[in-house]
This record gives sequence, C-alpha cells and structure tokens, in this order.
Amino acid sequence: MSDDLLPLLAVGLGETVYMVILTTVSSLFLGLPLGVALVVTEPGHIMAAPRLNKVLGTMVNITRSFPTIILIVVLLPLSRLLVGTTLGATAAVVPLSIGSAPFLARIIENSLKEIDRGKIEAGLAVGATPMEIIRKVMIPECLASLTLGITMAVIMITGFTATAGAIGAGGLGSLAVRFGYQRYRTDVMLATLVVLVVLVQSIQWGGNLIARRINKNRHKFS
Amino acid sequence: MISITGLNKTFLTPSGRVNALKDINLTVDKGDIFGIIGFSGAGKSTLIRCLNRLEEPDSGTIRIGAREITRLGTRELRAARKKIGMIFQHYYLLESRTVFGNVAFPLEIAGYPKQRIGHRAVEILELVGLIDKIGAYPAQLSGGQKQRVGIARALANEPDVLLSDEATSSLDPSTSRSILDLLRDINQKLGLTIVMITHEMDVLRYLCANAAVIEAGEIIETGSVAEISAHPRHEITRLFFAPSRQNSSGEAQGMLPDPAERGERKEVSDVR
Ligand SMILES: Nc1ncnc2c1ncn2[C@@H]1O[C@H](COP(=O)(O)OP(=O)(O)OP(=O)(O)O)[C@@H](O)[C@H]1O
Ligand SMILES: [Mg+2]
Repeated sequence: MSDDLLPLLAVGLGETVYMVILTTVSSLFLGLPLGVALVVTEPGHIMAAPRLNKVLGTMVNITRSFPTIILIVVLLPLSRLLVGTTLGATAAVVPLSIGSAPFLARIIENSLKEIDRGKIEAGLAVGATPMEIIRKVMIPECLASLTLGITMAVIMITGFTATAGAIGAGGLGSLAVRFGYQRYRTDVMLATLVVLVVLVQSIQWGGNLIARRINKNRHKFS
Repeated sequence: MISITGLNKTFLTPSGRVNALKDINLTVDKGDIFGIIGFSGAGKSTLIRCLNRLEEPDSGTIRIGAREITRLGTRELRAARKKIGMIFQHYYLLESRTVFGNVAFPLEIAGYPKQRIGHRAVEILELVGLIDKIGAYPAQLSGGQKQRVGIARALANEPDVLLSDEATSSLDPSTSRSILDLLRDINQKLGLTIVMITHEMDVLRYLCANAAVIEAGEIIETGSVAEISAHPRHEITRLFFAPSRQNSSGEAQGMLPDPAERGERKEVSDVR
C-alpha cells in the first residue's frame, strides 16, 4: 500500500458519485415522463394513444439495444455541444443520461403497471384529470416499487460510469484502468473494486430502507 | 332524476361480440333507492358504469338531473362526475393515504381550499361513524370500515347521486347490514338518489323501494320491489325470489341468505 492510494481513491470516488448523482437526476428528468407516457398512452388507459405508445416503445427499445460504450462514443459530439468538452465527468453525464433514461423509463413503466385498475377508476369517478391521476393516484400508490426500481437504475448507472471512466470520464472506472491495469498497480485495482462494492451495497441498502419506510403503514405485514 | 333510453353496449372480445346491454330503458326518481338485480354476467356492472361513463355506451341516452351524460365532452364529464358518487365492491381506497386523505381526495380534485377540506372530511367521517379512524391507513381497517371510507369518499363532494356496485358483497351479513343501514340513513338525511347493484335478493328487499331485474343484457322486469316479489313475471325473477319465499315469508328483514340457499342459487345459475 502506498501513500498515493487514499488520495487517488478519494478523487475517484468523488468523481463517480458526482457522475452518478448528476446522471440519475437528469435521466429521471427524461425517464420519468417517458415511463409515465409508456403506461398512460396504452390502449384503454387514461390518455390512450396506441400509435404514440408504439413509437415511444420502439424508441426506447432502439436506444436500449446500443451497447453503452458505443452510445457514449456516438453521443460525445452532443456533450461538446452542451458542455463544451468531451473529456471529464461532466461531459460523460450527457451520454450516460441519454443511455440510462430508456432503462429508467422501462423500470418506471413496470412499477406503474402494478397498480390496481380499480384505483384509477376510483380517481376517474371523482372527476380527476389524467394529470391528477398520475400525480395523486399512480405515483403515490406505486412509490415503494418506484423507489426500488430507481435504486436498481442507480446501481446500473454506477456501472455505466465505470465504463465511461475507461474512456476518459474520470471516476473509479478510470482509476482502475489507468492505474490498476495500465500501470500494474494491483493495490489500486483491488481498492477500487472494494470501494465500488461498498458503494453499490450502500445504494441498495438506502433504497431498501426508503421503500420500507414508505410501506410501513400500507401493508399489514411489513 | 335519472333516465336511460335505448342504451346499448357491445364488447368486442377475441372470442366474439358480447352484447352486454341491449336497449335498456329505465327511470329512477329523485330520492329513490333503486335496485338492479341480476345473475353474474347479466350486465349489472356494465350498466352502472355507463351512468358515469367509466364505460362508454355505444348508443342511447343517459340523463342525470339536468345533464345529458351521454353528450358531455371530456371536461364537462369530469365536472358531472364530481357530483356522482361511486362505491365499489373492492373499495379501491388509496393505500398511500390515510382515511382522512382518502376522503380529502375528491375534495382536492374539486378544488376545495385546504381548510374547508379539513372541515368537510371531519363532518363526513362523523356521518359514516369513522371519525376515530381518521389517521389510520386502509391496511389497518376491516372490510366494513374500508367500505365506510369508500362511502365517505363518494359523499364528500355532496353528490346528487350515489352509484353502488355490490358494495356489500364482500362483507359478512352483519357488517353488510350495518352498511345498508348507513346507506338508508344517508338517503333519508341527504335526500340522495341511490342506484345499487346487487345479486342478493335480501339486499334488495331490505333497502330498495323500486328495482329492475336484468338478465343477459336486458331489463326483464321493473317496478316496485313489493310488486315484483308478489307477482314475478319471469322465470328468472322467480328464481331470485324462490329461496327466500320458502322461508316463512315475513322474514325478509332477517337479512341475507344462509349458505344452503346460496348453494341452491349457484346451482340455478350454473344450470342456466
Ligand atoms: N371490459 C369488458 N370486455 C369484454 N367483455 C366484458 C367487459 N366487461 C364486461 N364484459 C362482459 O359483459 C357481460 C356483462 O358483464 P358485467 O360485468 O356487467 O356483469 P355483472 O352483471 O356485473 O356480473 P357480476 O355479478 O359477476 O359482477 C359479461 O358477459 C362480461 O363477460
Ligand atoms: Mg359486476
């Protein structure tokens, strides 16, 4: 173990956390409306629009079939346009968000589909608008499941940032590649892995905790 | 108060067309408790769901009060629904909200200011006898209590009509009775018109003055409950009345069939 290990790890972790948070927030920004739209535009749902639904579904599937690394490379020009550079953590957030949003949308779609149709009808029966049903019925009723789904997405995003790290985004991924692999620093490689495992575990633990809090009053046995 | 003329509804299913409602004509007077009875699959739910257009009719007109429900645009329909309460067999309460929150829900939708929501929710929970559970979540309530919340939610925004689809079918006889008593009480206190669906003759006799019998999507009989039960004109109607008739007759108020009778009815409907 050498003196530079801890500072290296601290910087790497900081960059990773920065990328994960920013990517999560901005992919939620895209993915939440998209996920909701995938549900409510289904035939027979509150804003039924079968053709739009097909278009959105296809768009999501196409984006999802791009391997992460290719998506990042393809979208780097967009990063240059939006943040002025293709290097570093901030630049990586643009392709990472666009790559994660469709995943997040599918996860959110799955959660929102769990709701009992009767609850939506109870909302319609009191004269609620589609927006009110989304905000006051669908999202609150599915909140625990949404939390667990988003937790899963955050962990996936953590993995994405490591991939992005390999091509110059910084963070723990780039640490593992630049020091662990290219300079044969086994200590850096192992330490990076340990930090990543701990990070992912804490995210999962935090997500579970929040979901349990939400469920506390809603189910008899939890 | 409510008039339905020439109402038709067909469902397209993979296995063909289902004529769920065929040329339904019906009038319900203001302040009445009107029962609609029929066997499973007769079209009862479809009919009551057409009244607030949770189900979109194919043809026919529905009037409730001054409004022609079947002609309303989206926005007007939402406004009309705010004055049509509905209760469901499976309650459909919002599990993310407390009892208070559930009763507040229609008031939020109706745009009540916060303070009035509080007053109104308390008032209505007192009416349904659930004020001590105001902070409880639905998961912490019994079936009967949940249905009281359902009723409170339906009544919160002072509707002119209450639609009830098998509101007591999931409840045990004594709880069921207390809910029926509550509905009668509300009918008398608020002068509310109630349309209630049931497949239980005793519910009909206990609560309703007038009724219609529906079978295979058609109204086969309508009139006062006394009249229908004294002179049933159709075989189906007789089947409904038969088991309770075999009991000493005046016992209609004894409420709800015993298991043996239920079995008998089931056989009847299966044979059909
Ligand atoms: N959404 C639907 N799609 C296709 N068919 C339907 C739909 N809803 C109802 N039906 C059919 O319409 C008929 C009437 O159904 P409905 O639910 O109104 O019966 P019901 O009298 O309420 O029965 P139950 O007492 O079992 O609730 C049935 O044959 C049913 O299969
Ligand atoms: Mg039904």
